[in-house]
Amino acid sequence: MGVLVDNDTRVICQGFTGRQGTFHSEQAIAYGTRMVGGVTPGKGGQSHLGLPVFDTVHDAVHEAGANASMIYVPAAFAADAILEAADAGIEVIVCITEGIPVLDMLRVKAALAGRDTVLIGPNCPGIITPGACKIGIMPGAIHQPGRVGIVSRSGTLTYEAVFQTSVDGLGQSTCIGIGGDPIQGLDFVDCLRLFEADPRTEAILMVGEIGGSAEEAAAAYIRDHGTKPVVAYIAGVTAPPGKRMGHAGAIVTGGAGTAEGKYQALESAGVATVRSPAEMGARVAALLGV
Amino acid sequence: MNLHEFQAKELFRAHAVGVPDGVVARSPGQALAATRQLGGERWVVKAQVHAGGRGKAGGVVACDDPAQVRAEAARLLGSRLQTAQTGADGLPVDAVLVEAPTAIARELYLGLLVDRAAERIAIMASTSGGMDIEAVAARDPSALVLVHVDPVVGLMPWQGRRIGFALGLDKPQRAALQQMLQGLYRLFVDSDASLVEINPLVVTAEGGLLALDAKVNLDANALYRQPALEALRDSGQEDPRELAAAAHQLNYISLDGNIGCMVNGAGLAMATMDLVKLHGGAPANFLDVGGGTTAERVAEAFKLVLSDPKVCAVLVNIFGGIVRCDLIAEGIIRAVRDVRIDVPLVVRLQGTKAAEGRALLADSGLELQTAGSLSEAADKVVAAAAGAGASTGSA
Repeated sequence: MGVLVDNDTRVICQGFTGRQGTFHSEQAIAYGTRMVGGVTPGKGGQSHLGLPVFDTVHDAVHEAGANASMIYVPAAFAADAILEAADAGIEVIVCITEGIPVLDMLRVKAALAGRDTVLIGPNCPGIITPGACKIGIMPGAIHQPGRVGIVSRSGTLTYEAVFQTSVDGLGQSTCIGIGGDPIQGLDFVDCLRLFEADPRTEAILMVGEIGGSAEEAAAAYIRDHGTKPVVAYIAGVTAPPGKRMGHAGAIVTGGAGTAEGKYQALESAGVATVRSPAEMGARVAALLGV
Repeated sequence: MNLHEFQAKELFRAHAVGVPDGVVARSPGQALAATRQLGGERWVVKAQVHAGGRGKAGGVVACDDPAQVRAEAARLLGSRLQTAQTGADGLPVDAVLVEAPTAIARELYLGLLVDRAAERIAIMASTSGGMDIEAVAARDPSALVLVHVDPVVGLMPWQGRRIGFALGLDKPQRAALQQMLQGLYRLFVDSDASLVEINPLVVTAEGGLLALDAKVNLDANALYRQPALEALRDSGQEDPRELAAAAHQLNYISLDGNIGCMVNGAGLAMATMDLVKLHGGAPANFLDVGGGTTAERVAEAFKLVLSDPKVCAVLVNIFGGIVRCDLIAEGIIRAVRDVRIDVPLVVRLQGTKAAEGRALLADSGLELQTAGSLSEAADKVVAAAAGAGASTGSA
C-alpha cells in the first residue's frame, strides 16, 4: 500500500551512471526500493550497481518493465528527460533536478496535458512510502511506516516534519515533496486528493511556503472535499516580500502569496494551522488523539 | 537577473518594438555629445539603476539646453540614487540615458510574465499607465486585461485584438500593437525572460505607440544558454553580500534584526526565521547554505553572517539528509577557530549522524550551546542575543 509508489513499483534512474544518479540509486537500493535499472544514453548494455543500463527509457520499459523513474540529469537536459519518460509510458516521473529554466517547464507541462503520467517536481526531494519505496534524495532513516500523509514544497523542512511525526510515533503513509519551482508537476490539491483516497492515511500534514496560490487552492479543495484532518504550517511569515517574483507576479495570482493570506484561507477551510514549525508533529498527534 | 533600461530598449529595438531615440552616456562629455547626435531642442536625462521610482527621486530630468544635459549628467554620474524601491544606500549611477522627448497623448501599461498558476506566459495591459500597477490592480481588478499564451500555439491575433480594444486603440494603433506584441512575445521566449514590462507605453501626440520605459528581468536558471545577455550583468547594482553569497552557492538576504541565521534548505531557513521571531527575537538575515551543503560552504557562510555588524548571536540549524552532521560539525569547528567568532553561537544538528556531530561539538572545547529541538534552539539564541545586546549596551 501507499500513495503512488509501493513495494511493486519498478524504478529506473535517468542519469544512472552520473555521480548523483549513482549515489542516490545506491541509497534507494539499500532502502529496499525495487530498482530495475537505469538509463544513460550510449552506455546501453553495460551493468551498473548490478543493474542493467539502457540507452533509452523506452528500452527500460520494454526490457525491465519500469513504471517509475527518478531523474538526476543536469538542468539543461531535464525537460527532454521528463518528456522521454512520459512518451515511454512511465507512470510516475520524479524529477529531482533543480535550476530548470521556467520556459522549459511551461513546454513540458503543455506537452503532458491530457496524459495520465504523474510528474513530481522538479527541484524536489522526491517521494517515499516508508518501508517500501524511496525515490529521491531524502534520508530514509528518519521515516517510519505509519498514519500521516505529508506533502511539502520544501526539502529539509519536509525532513523536519517527517522527523517530528516519527518521534511522536505516528509515522508516515507516504511523503511527497512537490518542489519549490514556479511551474511544477503534482500540486497540493493533487496530493490531498491522493491522500483522501488512501485508506492508510489517517491525517495529512501540509507544509507550505509564501508565494503563488497553491495553498489557497488547497484550502478551497479541503473546504469542499476534505474528510480527513489536515494540519498546515506555512513558512515565510518573516520573509522579505518581492525578492523573487517581484510585484507583477502577485497581481496575476489575485494578490495572494503572503503567509498570512494562506493561513486565513486554510483556517477558514477548517484546517488546524500551527504558527511554529516546532509544533507540526504535536498538532497532528493531538488531532489523532495520541 | 535584471537589465538596465537602455539594455532593455536595445532588445526592444532588435524586436521591432518602438522606443524613443536615445544615446547612453557614461560621462558628462558623452551626454553633451548625445544632444548633438540626437538633435532637437529638448532632451530627457535618465539615471540607469536597477530600480523604479526614479522620476520622484530626481533621476529623470527634462532639459532644454545642452549645457543643462551636461550638468544633470555630471550631477547623476558617480552618485547613488535613492528611490522608494532601493534601500537607504541607493544604487550607483554609472550611466545615463539621454533621450529625445516624446509628446504624450495617453499613458498605458503593458507587461508580460510567467503566470505560475495558469502555467502560461501572461500578457497584462491597462489604461492606467505610468502608475504603480499593483495599486491599480488592487483598486480595480477590472482595469487590467489579461490574456494567456499557449506555449504550443504561440501568441494569436485575437489576443492582440482583445488587448487593443480594451485599451481603446484606433485601427492603425491596433495594427501597431499587434506587431509590438509579437515582438515582445518573441523577445520574452528567445531571451528566457521572467518579466518584460513597459510602464508607460505611450500613445504619442502623432498617434504612434512608443515604449517610454522598459524593464526586462531574465530567468537566472536559463543564463547558461544566454551568454550574450549574461554579459550585460551589472554587478554594481547588486548587494555586495548577496553577490559574495552567490559566488559560494549560498542564498543570502540581509534583514534588520540581530540574530544571524545559518540553515540548510530555503524552506527550513524561512521556518527558522519565523521561529526566531515567534520566540521574541529578530533575524538579521535569511541564509540558505543549500540542502546538500559542505563543511567548506558552512565556513564561508559564517564569514558572511559575521560580516554584518548588527549580528550579536548566531543560530545554526542543519537538518542532515544527504549531508552528514558530523562533517558539518567539523566545518563549524574549523570556522569558529578561523573566523574568531566573538558572539554567542547556538547549534542545532538533526538528522543523519546528528549524535556524532553533537559529540564533536561537545569535545571541541568551543564555547557554544547545542540544542535538540527547534524550540530549544530558538529559546537559547533569543536569550543569548538579549544578553549580548545588554552587555554591549552597558559597555
